[in-house]
Amino acid sequence: MKIVEIENEIVEEFKLFGDDWEGKYEHLIDFGKSLPLIDTRYKTDDRLIEGCQSRVWLHSELYDEKVVFTADSDAIITKGIVAILIRVFSGQTPEEIMQADTKFIDDIGLKEHLSPTRANGLVSMIKQMKMYAIALNSLQNS
Amino acid sequence: METITKNGILNIQKLRQDFPILSKKVNGNPLVYLDSGATAQKPKQVIDAVSNYYQTQNANIHRGVHQLSQEITTAYENARATVQNHLNASLSQEIIFTSGTTESINLVASSFGKKYINAGDEVLISEMEHHSNILPWQVLCEEKGAVLKVVPINENGELLIDKYKKLLCSKTKIVAVTHVSNTLGTINPVKEIIELAHEKNIPVLIDGAQAVPHLKVDVQALDADFYCFSGHKLFGPTGVGILYGKEKWLNEMPPYKVGGGTIKTVRFEKTTYADLPLKFEAGTPHIAGGIGLAAAIEYVNKIGLENIAAYEHELLEYATLKLLAIEGLRIIGTAKEKASVISFVIEEIHPFDIGTLLDKQGIAVRTGHHCTQPLMEHFGVPGTIRASLMFYNTKEEVDVLVNGIQKAIKMLK
Repeated sequence: MKIVEIENEIVEEFKLFGDDWEGKYEHLIDFGKSLPLIDTRYKTDDRLIEGCQSRVWLHSELYDEKVVFTADSDAIITKGIVAILIRVFSGQTPEEIMQADTKFIDDIGLKEHLSPTRANGLVSMIKQMKMYAIALNSLQNS
Repeated sequence: METITKNGILNIQKLRQDFPILSKKVNGNPLVYLDSGATAQKPKQVIDAVSNYYQTQNANIHRGVHQLSQEITTAYENARATVQNHLNASLSQEIIFTSGTTESINLVASSFGKKYINAGDEVLISEMEHHSNILPWQVLCEEKGAVLKVVPINENGELLIDKYKKLLCSKTKIVAVTHVSNTLGTINPVKEIIELAHEKNIPVLIDGAQAVPHLKVDVQALDADFYCFSGHKLFGPTGVGILYGKEKWLNEMPPYKVGGGTIKTVRFEKTTYADLPLKFEAGTPHIAGGIGLAAAIEYVNKIGLENIAAYEHELLEYATLKLLAIEGLRIIGTAKEKASVISFVIEEIHPFDIGTLLDKQGIAVRTGHHCTQPLMEHFGVPGTIRASLMFYNTKEEVDVLVNGIQKAIKMLK
């Protein structure tokens, strides 16, 4: 599936909850529980994402020309957020990731997490994923 | 005054009406504001004073011959006198307006440090200091080749006075400790700390940022050499703070920032500086802030800090008891003497998760390291959830917090 299609799918899932924040957050927490966990040997300081109140490790690998992300966090809501991003971006080509916008976060109704001052570092996560994509892209083309 | 106190008991519902923001809704729920340790809410008396300044009094101080300038100069100097009286400082020129506690500490570290700290000297702070009372000293020590020494704490979050006594030595040039810990709520025995330092002729700076909203502070009784606090934690505006310093030190210390207002005469060859307090107040100050701070102090004094302390103590005990009933909850900071600040962690749950889910319920707490990373390391936690209570909080709000936490735990487990 294309990035936009997955994004729309996630937006639809969250839409079901309407204004019910509890449902939304429970869904987010469930996302966190399904996060493809990072191999413990990659859980190193150089894979930590800056700007998060909780620790978030993110790892990327190129597999069959697609980027595969794994991650972990010590906070479950943060895990949920990174899991959403992984569902969107993992399995896509570096180029697609580089070009993707992430406006769908607004539509999910989690935009409070988008503010740059917000301590969970959603913005930093996206930035880091794109950085990985850029790096993997140049690796591919070299 | 009968309406706000009856036999010394505060009418909290009546007082809450002074704070417009407290009737706000957040995420569809009535706001439960438990983050006063970060900044206190403002009563309309303060808001009106600031607004009135801009609407009817605005002019620059200390310079103009015109009526408005003279009037606001008088008002600003009256504000200084209000702070002086509140702290029971002996002289008005011992009160320096700054931008906040952080600037007050930076001023002393820089200016006192320039004059009195040399290579090999020691600066003594404590393990429970806010980063604002660590970094200025660390920078100073690095610049001068001096050594930063740290007084440790026990498991309750109390300073180890025996260790403190041993650390005080002939090399110690200044002691800088907090009056009340922003993370733990511990009230330090600052009078004793100052006495012990003075026995060895060592001056002491007290970071009073978290103390002034809760306690009556008398700088002469404490015999503090420097006492710092911020206006915004005392129900006043942000961007204004106070440095109290004994005249003898302030006279000896070189200016910190220089510019307009700090001088007697300027020639390209040599400048002579103004007397206190103007020597330390370069540039146009935060006039509205000073006026607002004075209004805040008057407001607090109308209620009475003794009444406030008594009520907050009751609230703290209630909240402690209620929180401890939550399974897996551990309070970080269990000193005998505590202000109404409660830090806690919940087994196997990250503070950020709790904070986020409380926010969705309209409950404002603080999560994280609270600018006290060495303290987090001491207790072996990544951060805490901190509920800081003020006299405008109620037991009902504590109940909302407790229910909110329970709901969050249920969602997270």
